[in-house]
Amino acid sequence: MITKRIIACLDVHGGRVVKGVQFVDLIDAGDPATQAARHAGEGADEIVLLDITATHEGRATLLDTVRRTACGLFVPFCVGGGIRTAGDAAQVFEAGADKVSVNSAALADPNLIDAIGRSFGAQAVVVAIDARRDPNAEDPVRDAEVFVQGGRKPVGRRVVEWAREAEARGAGEILLTSMDSDGTRAGFDCELTAAVSEAVGIPVIASGGAGTVSHFTDVFARGKADAALAASIFHFGISSARLLKEELAREGISVRLPC
Amino acid sequence: MRVTVIDYKAGNLTSVLKALRHLGAEVEVSDADLAPIASAERIVLPGVGHFAATQYLDSTGLAAAIHEAIGRGVPFLGICVGMQWLYAGSTEAPDQAGLGHFPEQCARFSDSHEKVPHVGWNSLEAKASSRLLAGVKLGEFVYFTHSYKAPVSADTAAITQYIEPFASAVERENVMGVQFHPEKSGETGLKILRNFLAWERQGMA
Repeated sequence: MITKRIIACLDVHGGRVVKGVQFVDLIDAGDPATQAARHAGEGADEIVLLDITATHEGRATLLDTVRRTACGLFVPFCVGGGIRTAGDAAQVFEAGADKVSVNSAALADPNLIDAIGRSFGAQAVVVAIDARRDPNAEDPVRDAEVFVQGGRKPVGRRVVEWAREAEARGAGEILLTSMDSDGTRAGFDCELTAAVSEAVGIPVIASGGAGTVSHFTDVFARGKADAALAASIFHFGISSARLLKEELAREGISVRLPC
Repeated sequence: MRVTVIDYKAGNLTSVLKALRHLGAEVEVSDADLAPIASAERIVLPGVGHFAATQYLDSTGLAAAIHEAIGRGVPFLGICVGMQWLYAGSTEAPDQAGLGHFPEQCARFSDSHEKVPHVGWNSLEAKASSRLLAGVKLGEFVYFTHSYKAPVSADTAAITQYIEPFASAVERENVMGVQFHPEKSGETGLKILRNFLAWERQGMA
């Protein structure tokens, strides 16, 4: 039986894992390679590394971080942040990523999705979407607005139609972040996640708002998520993937328990 | 131990090479050059993406060289599309023949309410006689990402359930294939790769 995936997310800045609330007050949360190995050892099904600053000057540091992190990692490894061209993606794959996540660059030029998929396969392309409910829309959830620049700039796209276009262009998965829930630890946006998950035939990874085990149970059951991303819940030993999964298994959610 | 990994321009080899090296293998990457196949000790054919990419194996003569190596008894492991290529073909690219070592056809998952591709960790029900999957306990999980799959047949070494039961591993003597990604399947995957690297023809030293 297919299991629900728990994905550990590492935000990196200048070669270090950082944690802050909505990109401010960043706290150093350790070395990416060490953190990734620890999460994988504790049963995380996948590791996502996001370069949250993604400056041009920082690319060499990022590639070095990807290389070091991938070195001892034998679970799927996705890298995002600052991937603007198929050439950028190729460098990240070469450094050891299995998937890349693209967001604003794909919105600016949706052909990027097709281009990466053609060279590396659809399974290697994750389209990340940051969306906020639009109370003025006819359907505030399905028509949630898509944002870039950490939620500062709307791009005039609606979440469901953009997710469908991404799928049609060959995206392998959608990483959906609710801007309303992100950083709140008050739970995932299950309605938003379900709206996208039901609209596409590819897996949807829910992100934003994880705080307790019941939030995960909820997003898998009501939100119809195929996977859920957790960042801050794992940092500083608040919870581990192992404890989270053991509790999810008790709640009847199918998960891969570490041996 | 030396392993020849075939690069047929279908996706990224980094993870496969890394896992084999991690297990102590001396890895040699071969693309259109046939000489490494002729002297190969073990062959791995990875591959993600479209079945049509296996056309490269025919146009370069690699298919014939691999066929010959398999005939010599060289241990062979196909991963993902590399496993599907061992069959007669796939409905993903009906005009592109596979090696035909196993006579069945690969096909897309049947229509259902479940998502296709099948992405994520799923469990294996391994045949006790499988040498590739020796030590893999019932219900151990491995990582999949695919939309096409091989049917269950006499050569099936492991069955996985998704929409319908399908062959997640195939094995007949020195010819083995896995639909999942052992290089991305944690300790279980490494155990399977280790079994492949240790595979020797029975009755030989």
